[in-house]
Amino acid sequence: MFRFIIRRLLQLVPTLFGLSILLFIWLHRLPGGPETALLGERGTPETRAQIRENLGLNEPLPIQYGRFVKRLVQLDLGTSISTKREVTTEFLQRFPGTVELTMTAMLIAIGVGIPLGYLAARRRGSFLDHASVGGSLLGTCVPIFFLAYVLKAIFAENLGWFPTIGRQDASIDATHITNFFVLDGLLTREWDAAADAIWHLILPGVALASIPLAIIVRITRASVLEVLGEDFVRTAEAKGLTERTVRRRHVLRNAMLPVATSIGLLTGLLLSGAVLTETVFAFSGIGAFIKDAISNLDYPVLMGFIMIIAVIFALVNLLVDISYSLIDPRVRVR
Amino acid sequence: MRAARPKAAIAVVAVAALAVAGCAESDRDNEGSGQSTKDTLVFGTAGDPKVLDPSLASDGESLRVARQIFETLVRPEEGGTAVTPGLAESWTPDSTGTVWTFKLRSGVKFHDGTDFNAEAVCVNFNRWYNATGLMQSADVTAYWQDVMGGFAKNEDPELPPSLFKSCTVKDATTVDLAFTAVSSKIPAALMLPSFSIHSPKALQEFDASNISGSADDIKYPSYALEHPTGTGQFKFKSWNVADKTLTIERNEDYWGTKAKLKTLVFRTISDENARKQALRSGDIQGYDLVGPADVEPLKGEGFNVLTRPAFNILYLAINQKGNPKLADLRVRQAIAYALNRQALVDSKLPPGAEVATQFLPSTVEGWNDQVTKYDYNLQKAKDLLAEAGASNLTLRFHYPTEVTRPYMPSPKDLFELMAADLKAAGINIEAIPLKWTPDYLNATTSGSAHDLHLLGWTGDYGDGYNFIGTFFSRQKDEWGFNNAALFEKFAKADGTADATARYALYKELNADIMNFLPGVPISHSPPALVLGKDVTGVKASPLTDERYGTAEFKS
Repeated sequence: MFRFIIRRLLQLVPTLFGLSILLFIWLHRLPGGPETALLGERGTPETRAQIRENLGLNEPLPIQYGRFVKRLVQLDLGTSISTKREVTTEFLQRFPGTVELTMTAMLIAIGVGIPLGYLAARRRGSFLDHASVGGSLLGTCVPIFFLAYVLKAIFAENLGWFPTIGRQDASIDATHITNFFVLDGLLTREWDAAADAIWHLILPGVALASIPLAIIVRITRASVLEVLGEDFVRTAEAKGLTERTVRRRHVLRNAMLPVATSIGLLTGLLLSGAVLTETVFAFSGIGAFIKDAISNLDYPVLMGFIMIIAVIFALVNLLVDISYSLIDPRVRVR
Repeated sequence: MRAARPKAAIAVVAVAALAVAGCAESDRDNEGSGQSTKDTLVFGTAGDPKVLDPSLASDGESLRVARQIFETLVRPEEGGTAVTPGLAESWTPDSTGTVWTFKLRSGVKFHDGTDFNAEAVCVNFNRWYNATGLMQSADVTAYWQDVMGGFAKNEDPELPPSLFKSCTVKDATTVDLAFTAVSSKIPAALMLPSFSIHSPKALQEFDASNISGSADDIKYPSYALEHPTGTGQFKFKSWNVADKTLTIERNEDYWGTKAKLKTLVFRTISDENARKQALRSGDIQGYDLVGPADVEPLKGEGFNVLTRPAFNILYLAINQKGNPKLADLRVRQAIAYALNRQALVDSKLPPGAEVATQFLPSTVEGWNDQVTKYDYNLQKAKDLLAEAGASNLTLRFHYPTEVTRPYMPSPKDLFELMAADLKAAGINIEAIPLKWTPDYLNATTSGSAHDLHLLGWTGDYGDGYNFIGTFFSRQKDEWGFNNAALFEKFAKADGTADATARYALYKELNADIMNFLPGVPISHSPPALVLGKDVTGVKASPLTDERYGTAEFKS
């Protein structure tokens, strides 16, 4: 297992290297540059040229890339052209928000999706089955931003049950250590701050969970149905094992492999869905920041953020691979 | 029985969620979102501020925060653009018009407890003037370079010489600012937040001028991000980037009337609909950049919609180096006559918008009611085109996408109406929509591959040169003409110290411009901000110079 992990981590290095080259070329091939966004309508051709020169954007691409790599090996991702803050600092301040949101969505999707998918399979053809299949189809069809607006209009604006924006109420003077607001509230024992942060997570979490929830329900249902038809389940039932044992040891465990794979892949989907949800709920995360960075062509931010996200995505999938062997002892990672 | 456990699990999760919800909601009820205490105002802004040191800022959100924390020597009158006392009680130029003596207010203290005096003023001006290295970058000290040109020692040979020359302390409350030439910008430009006076002690303590890194990797010092120290009605408290909130609190030692609010929070909500929903649900008590379509509905719901006097211009630029026919005045006149600007203002711009007769808002000295006007006249447009032999003219019309500006709420709608008007006059239009940055701004302000485009300007300070001088005082790719007589007259106006004489020259210039017709001024639109139903005391400023120290909740 240890060797497997090391090997996978080493494989990551050439992948990231390749990604960085492609990304660098792609970004710098986009028309224009950050100088126009920086100056807006106040810019003149002369001031724009001065900034291009200062930013070294007139130099050949290989030289610019070399500078990027030189910094990268010192674990320095540079500073944002627009905010002049270090890219790493920007990331550490914003990423916790996205993680909290993504995890909330994932918890909702897994917590509701797996039991629902399982029940739908066990009661195939029942009302519950039809309702979950139909509901999940709807879930995959409705765009996240639309659902977010609808949820917000009903539960926040009209009923006033939830806040409409942000990660925490502005009047709460909370201490922030890690920028994971829920965790910070628990660590500092500021319970009201933690509860308020959770409260702010529910609506965006539900909106973001809609697609993964639907997918998990469908995959779980299909997978459980397949396993239920296997000989070993019939054998287990025939030899008199209890319903609970059959369900836990034989059905769920075997049915979870494809679900685990999809959860790994869905993490990527959630990160992209977070951009829209964060915008609608004015939720501070990396999504909205990347969106601004793209329109401003803030090269260091885009390079840095996308590289970090790629690493995280790779690590999540590594965890998924490792989880296979825990779910199914027959699978041995090599 | 078979599915009892999953059911139970779902039930437990649901009950737990409701319980947490109940707790959290009860907390919210007790502590509220600034509503229950009524001395905290949360204001929604469209973007994050970029930096807290206004000397380094050029974006509206940074300047909005700076206006609450800092003060300048002179400031715009409340709700207007006229120059009024700020940290200086009075100011007079010498006979040459190049040395200005400012008499300062006494008894003013910075937020760190140190005294504001003449020496502090000179420390600030010398800091800007003696800037070296990365502080001379065009995106770092944009407004200084805009107003003063260059520095004591220009490191870039392209930079113009500095307009500012020296600062001399006469006594504790008297300071002389000397300039290298007479300029229309003085004293009006000194009310820009970029000329805010900072505490010399804090500047030194937090290394404010140490812009480090390299030109492609600029890093701001901690002063600019965490320790802004001015004399204003509010003091900086915290900037929570992780939750997009910036909090400032009442300065209890303020020299004048203290702020009524204890705390003012700026919360970034980039989505316009989200700002509106947050206001309606009480999560915020005000926001800026109200969509034109929301003005009347929000008023109807009882919110305080404040309309700023229009201090901007939307124009249709005509590039004389584009299609050669555009160098013919008759063709430009035809374009002006073909546009039904009144219909456009009535249907596509916010309430209170008006047709522009010239490139200067009527509230600014130098506006001229005698300029040549081009009221909608389709037949005249057709006749002029025929006369100029341009009956089958095709023009490239650029308009921006993915942007709204205070003077241009919906560029595509405006383009469509104008294109229809021009087509009716017989001009074929080739529509060229481009993304605002970088494509649109690059395409329309450089090169010659553009014929017509929409652009505009929001004034920085109340002097006419800030509008017409910005557009027409020199040769620019945006317009593609070279009119030496016009440029000379602008230079003369800029160098005229006597304000009355200068304003007379602006009037002449406005008349000249509308005869020469380099483009068509379209409209002045009043941008709006909105405050909660129970919030009073804020006066809308044409320069977006709203001060929230006077804001309070009605009991």
